[in-house]
Amino acid sequence: MKKIKGFWLFLVLSIIVYGTVQVLINAGILNNFYSNTLIFISINIILAVSLHLVIGITGQFSIGHAGFLAVGAYISAIVTMKLSLPFPIAILAGGLIAALAGLVVGIPTLRLRGDYLAIATLGFAEIIRIVFLNIDAVGGAAGMQVTKMTTWTYTFICLFITIAVITNFTKSRHGRACISIRENEIAADAMGINTTYYKVVAFAIGSFFAGIAGGLYAHNFYIIQPSQFGFLKSFDILIFVVLGGLGSLSGAVISAILLTVVSTFLQGYPETRMIIYSLVLVLVMLYRPQGLMGTREITDLFKRKSVKGGS
Amino acid sequence: MTEQPLLQVKEAGIQFGGLKAVSGLNIEINRGELVGLIGPNGAGKTTSFNLLTGVYVPTEGEILLEGERLNGMAPYQVTRRGISRTFQNIRLFNELSVLDNVKVANHSKAKHSIVSSVLRLPSHFSGEKEMEEKSLELLEIFQLHKLKDEVAKNLPYGQQRRLEIARALAAGPKLLLLDEPAAGMNPQETHELMNLIAFIREKFDLTILLIEHDMNLVMGICERIYVLDHGQLIAEGLPEDIRNNPKVIEAYLGEEVPKDA
Repeated sequence: MKKIKGFWLFLVLSIIVYGTVQVLINAGILNNFYSNTLIFISINIILAVSLHLVIGITGQFSIGHAGFLAVGAYISAIVTMKLSLPFPIAILAGGLIAALAGLVVGIPTLRLRGDYLAIATLGFAEIIRIVFLNIDAVGGAAGMQVTKMTTWTYTFICLFITIAVITNFTKSRHGRACISIRENEIAADAMGINTTYYKVVAFAIGSFFAGIAGGLYAHNFYIIQPSQFGFLKSFDILIFVVLGGLGSLSGAVISAILLTVVSTFLQGYPETRMIIYSLVLVLVMLYRPQGLMGTREITDLFKRKSVKGGS
Repeated sequence: MTEQPLLQVKEAGIQFGGLKAVSGLNIEINRGELVGLIGPNGAGKTTSFNLLTGVYVPTEGEILLEGERLNGMAPYQVTRRGISRTFQNIRLFNELSVLDNVKVANHSKAKHSIVSSVLRLPSHFSGEKEMEEKSLELLEIFQLHKLKDEVAKNLPYGQQRRLEIARALAAGPKLLLLDEPAAGMNPQETHELMNLIAFIREKFDLTILLIEHDMNLVMGICERIYVLDHGQLIAEGLPEDIRNNPKVIEAYLGEEVPKDA
């Protein structure tokens, strides 16, 4: 019963957040800059949460997430710009093809462990980027023009679905199987968990949502270029997850919000932007090496309180 | 007609490069038996367990569970066919709660799919509920149910060992392999462990193969004992016979020096 209550609470909160922002946008109180920032924050949350499933939950250190973002961005852009199909179909297609790319990359590389996996995924992301760089039909290095179609509504629906799916997945026997791989792969295997299967599943789901984020991302900036999806982008996403606390979904969300806000408002000071951004990272890692939330979730804080109150 | 043994190991062995870690291993275990595997350090006991559970693929011989060949199966496939184990150095899922540790081992018994979990279909709730009930039942047997929400790494050592056995049982084994279950325990705890092993064997209708250095435990509860040394079986038999077997004494204590020397 409690679990179901939690879900309704989440739903109601989401609708309130969505509604408030939508009303503010319609009333013209939030100008384009702010609504764009909100969309950008949401896209980053989707990316952070999707990588959280791979790194934080399953413990597979993948640092090529921007590759799947690129797949989603380009595929969805092709669907809307070249095939003139509706935007929702484009987002979905971007996600599905990115998931497929995730399978193709994941099946051979997920046999590797630790740093080897990191290097392999990084390499694959670069391959994906260079493939797009060399296809003239999508503009090559000059990039591809995309009409802006991403709205707050689309973004929020995608964000909601991402968080709901990944939370539900994590809090089930399948999520526990993934966590057991993170905790001790040999023991997980010995307890009857098909470790390869779950690693690939987590990777494919992560890639799917990265692809969804790609679709939103592509239709938010008028142009996409391969250079936007380099390994620095991968590291940006990785930093959200690590800074938030490995294994904490709410941590990933909070740090995605925090860092996007910091980096957006530092755009006014281009000379010092990266210095301040890096300082924020260094300080957090010095004083909270386990990340902002550690492995805990924001809901745990409420649980603890209610237990104390009840006893 | 004689009943088919539960486990048959025929001339199994493994070679790492030029090193023969285990060779010519012949073990037969009947249903319901409690068998010990002993030997000096480095004799190949844990390697044998790794062969049985699919961690290593044998380079020679074969391993049969109820007549089915296990060679080359991944560990999770072996587990699903009915062999589960504990580890010499505890391998719990440290950050997971005690209850979740057991639930993970229940995993392959549950049916609800990823889709039903993501969409929170009724089969998800019924499946999860069943897993929880089964796991709690097990924890109660091991008297760990009061600690069910505790994170596994925070348990004291003895309870971590017990939890590992509980987790292995949750996988629903026919054959349970215990790798030094009494390691690091004091005599009192070892005694309790012996009772526990005897109890779960009755309760779950188990066949058990255990590695142990504590001779009191081995001699006290095992019905039959295999002795390994330098990767080869050197003796097999009843505890009394093993105790007096000159080869075994030699392996453990070294060659006897003639008295008049």
